[in-house]
Amino acid sequence: MQLNKKLGCQTVYQIIKRIKMKKVLIFALVILISGYISAQETKQGAKLPSVNVKTLEGQTFNIQNIDNDGKPIIISFWALWCKPCKKELDAYNDNYEDWRDETGVKIIAVSIDDSRSTAKVLPFVNGKDWEFEVLLDPNGDLKRAMSVNMIPHTFILDGEGNIVYQHTSYYEGLEDEIFELVEKVAAGEDISGKK
Amino acid sequence: MKRLITILIFALLITPFVKGQDFLSKSQVHGSFELDGMYYQADDALGITDSLINGNVFGFNGFADIIYSLGNFSAGFRYEAYLPPIAGFDRNLEGQGFPYLWATYTTEKFSFTVGNFYEQFGNGLTLRTYQEWSLGYDNSINGARVIYEPTRGLIFKGVYGTQRYFWAPFEKNGRGIVKGFDGEINLNDVFGSMADSKIRLILGGSAVSKYQSDQNPMYKMPQNVASFAGRFNLGIGKFNFTSEYAYKINDPSAVNSYIYKPGDALVFTGSYSTKGLGIFAMFKRIDNMSYKSDEAVLSNALDINFLPPIVEPHTYMLAAMYPYATQPNGEMGFQLQINYKIPKKSKLGGKYGMGISVNYSQINDIAREKANDTAYIGQSGTMGWTSDFFKFGDQIFNRDLTIEIDKKFNRRFKSIFKYIYQDYNIATILGHTGEPNVKANIAIVDMTWKFTSKKSIRWELQGLWTSEDKGDWAAALVEYTISPHWFFTIADQYNYGNKHSYEQLHYYTGSFGYTLKTTRFALTYGRQREGVVCVGGVCRQVPASSGFYVTISSSF
Repeated sequence: MQLNKKLGCQTVYQIIKRIKMKKVLIFALVILISGYISAQETKQGAKLPSVNVKTLEGQTFNIQNIDNDGKPIIISFWALWCKPCKKELDAYNDNYEDWRDETGVKIIAVSIDDSRSTAKVLPFVNGKDWEFEVLLDPNGDLKRAMSVNMIPHTFILDGEGNIVYQHTSYYEGLEDEIFELVEKVAAGEDISGKK
Repeated sequence: MKRLITILIFALLITPFVKGQDFLSKSQVHGSFELDGMYYQADDALGITDSLINGNVFGFNGFADIIYSLGNFSAGFRYEAYLPPIAGFDRNLEGQGFPYLWATYTTEKFSFTVGNFYEQFGNGLTLRTYQEWSLGYDNSINGARVIYEPTRGLIFKGVYGTQRYFWAPFEKNGRGIVKGFDGEINLNDVFGSMADSKIRLILGGSAVSKYQSDQNPMYKMPQNVASFAGRFNLGIGKFNFTSEYAYKINDPSAVNSYIYKPGDALVFTGSYSTKGLGIFAMFKRIDNMSYKSDEAVLSNALDINFLPPIVEPHTYMLAAMYPYATQPNGEMGFQLQINYKIPKKSKLGGKYGMGISVNYSQINDIAREKANDTAYIGQSGTMGWTSDFFKFGDQIFNRDLTIEIDKKFNRRFKSIFKYIYQDYNIATILGHTGEPNVKANIAIVDMTWKFTSKKSIRWELQGLWTSEDKGDWAAALVEYTISPHWFFTIADQYNYGNKHSYEQLHYYTGSFGYTLKTTRFALTYGRQREGVVCVGGVCRQVPASSGFYVTISSSF
């Protein structure tokens, strides 16, 4: 752990030493803070950005148009090459019927596969017999707009379309936690941590 | 540049205050960041000595990406630092700054972007700009983009600008200027009479041009190089077909050794799928289709287009040993994949069903003939070669057969079995001139035992058997996870079949990580074997290393 501490100090030192655009950083910091303030001041969380994605049939579709009649929505980013993502979605699929009966939740899986494999997503999804909706984000436009850095990355939206929770990575059993949160959201509870 | 940034950020900042409190509450800021640090240790067995490291014991890659949005307006930036880049990343990345700055205004029918942007026309055969952090790759266009959707089902895009080249600013007579136009029509959306048709048809076309002034001392260069592509996406019931054909005029470059041949590329896919069954087939042919905005650049940079690979991307340790990289000067191949889910409650399927997936892909060289009697194939300054469109070349670049079975035995126990056969042209793909193709058999067992609702253990056992390259390998991994926060992993890859006993090494790693919502921290200690990391057919070589690797990422 000694080495690791050293690493931390060294890199921070290096950055500070090399940065000449202090002003910019200060501005950036101010933006960040103002962002937090504005997020704190509003009751609702962030909304979905206005970005076009594609359906598995190739139809262009603005993600802002998704709707679930006031019920919660789960949006999960995945790709064919991402094993934990597929495990997560398999786990959702196993539970989807029960979840829908209990909370009316809708699951949308957004594939960030690039053009090497976008055409493979449709037969894969059908082959898996996944029952939820799958959308394509072939050049990562939605991924970028939602600041998705690594996948799996899962969002929970409340009935008004506010992003109230997000999580990256998948470990066995995460689906239970996600569903508990969805139940709270469906019951009108605020889980975003913002008042 | 500095001033621009300052103005931009200042403008972003004051808008909410100027327009009143209401806007403050509607504005949103979100973003993500990641810091990857490496501390190198000497490791004599790997050939890494103190003098080789020579004091450069740290590698550091980091970025922060911030997006600000207010109604129809959004803007953002990404700060990147490579101080110095982690081993295996392009040394040109060393430095720090703001390579990605943008602002977008969107109305119902229009979207305007200035600054850096990422765009893709069709499959990307004529134009695709994207960023891939794990490769250190970014070919964003810095300029302007307009997207126009006059009606549902109709989209036009226009782009204009220059591409990012590490930290080098654009200079007159430097790299090329890229212009592009793309149009797409969804006939089912546009024509009401087709709205409920069983046939779904989307047509698209694009034209891209680069201008680079002729500064080449040897050859007379075409200063404007145009490329065109047409595509369709046709769905008939459970069948789906997509295709794109692209053509590029002569474009002599360092990549194709300055030949004057026009290039073309074809991608065709067909799939049939129904509940529980998916069948996919793909054909691809590329002939002299490297398209960069600087004729002199050989490295992974300044690509205008994207040539999708057709090999199954492997993620298991040993299966990823021999990854394929697209050969832009010529390749043709096909791929077949079947996914089938044996239904629940059947004899084989058991209570949960059983998934089977079979994938085969083969890529050969294209068949090349002399362009004329006096020049050899590929000779600089000539037409290069002629090629029969439907004839496969003799040389195999890559063959891959993958069979995967996944089975859930009961509520707690599930498993994945995988067999892979690979035939890999290490001479062409990795430049190991004169070496024969590597023919490898790989077997993988991956088992997960979920012993409480939150705790589980996963094992991987892997073997790779080949008489070429480094010989046989065995690997094992044990991972313990506590949802939703913790993971602990130990793994070892053992090159027991290496013909040199001093190279029969263990590549062991131990790691743990903690995730809180979208913030993730992971620390790894151990040895990294020499290898290749590929994403989307673009690869970077990673040297062997030993030491600590730490990564912290978050998004908000």
